[in-house]
Amino acid sequence: MTTLGERIVLDAQTFNRLHAQSHKETDVRRLALVASKGTLDMAYPPLILATTAAAMGMEAGVFFTFYGLDILKKSKHNRLQVAPLGNPAAPLPVPNILGAIPGATAAATWVMNGMMRKQKMPTIGEFLALARQLNVRLIACTTTMGIMGVKKEDLLDGVELQGAAAFLEYASKAQVTLFV
Amino acid sequence: MTTYKEAQVLDVTGELCPMPVVKTRLALDKLTHGQIIKVIATDVASCDDMPAFARAQGHKLLEARSEKGTYTYWLQKGEGV
Repeated sequence: MTTLGERIVLDAQTFNRLHAQSHKETDVRRLALVASKGTLDMAYPPLILATTAAAMGMEAGVFFTFYGLDILKKSKHNRLQVAPLGNPAAPLPVPNILGAIPGATAAATWVMNGMMRKQKMPTIGEFLALARQLNVRLIACTTTMGIMGVKKEDLLDGVELQGAAAFLEYASKAQVTLFV
Repeated sequence: MTTYKEAQVLDVTGELCPMPVVKTRLALDKLTHGQIIKVIATDVASCDDMPAFARAQGHKLLEARSEKGTYTYWLQKGEGV
């Protein structure tokens, strides 16, 4: 490297090294999602996006907060439901008011799971396994755990526990951030 | 038509986004640099998704063919991925 007055002239080797370095740094792309809902219909989008990002070679992390925490529970992740009440697009062809009758949620859930299976879509449990295989960070919100009395052993293996500040630091270095 | 010596054929017929891309990625993980995978899909989203995936992860999309609702891709695994 030689200096010409104020200008710095790099030799080819140094230039290539620095270029490769900066290229590599900007090449690391990151997706940071917040999953805040624990219904079947709202569990799919963050898992689809995170696994796709990871498959493309991006870093991906999902912060599961409030009802979204159910997606990470051993006992709940394969039993998520979709309610027709107040959700007119839910997959049950009945007037919205009938969504309040007992069994309507179970029926809509059964219909949606059937639709997913028919289109060969993985279940939520299978998506979580894919996500972990592709090194997606699954982060449980510790405040939600405290509020809702959720213990670490209630959650799937490999789940990280974090607070808002740690997630925001991670998300502040992401090019794509979405709240689901 | 060019013929390719693919190391693997992946059939994701009938599967929707993101499964063609996710399954292609998982299959490529088991191949070595320079090897070719042939992917057969019917999901129309794959027309944009497969090139985007190849660009993002550094694979070479050698060819894409569309025929009567079936999309066939030949991808060559990139270096260092």
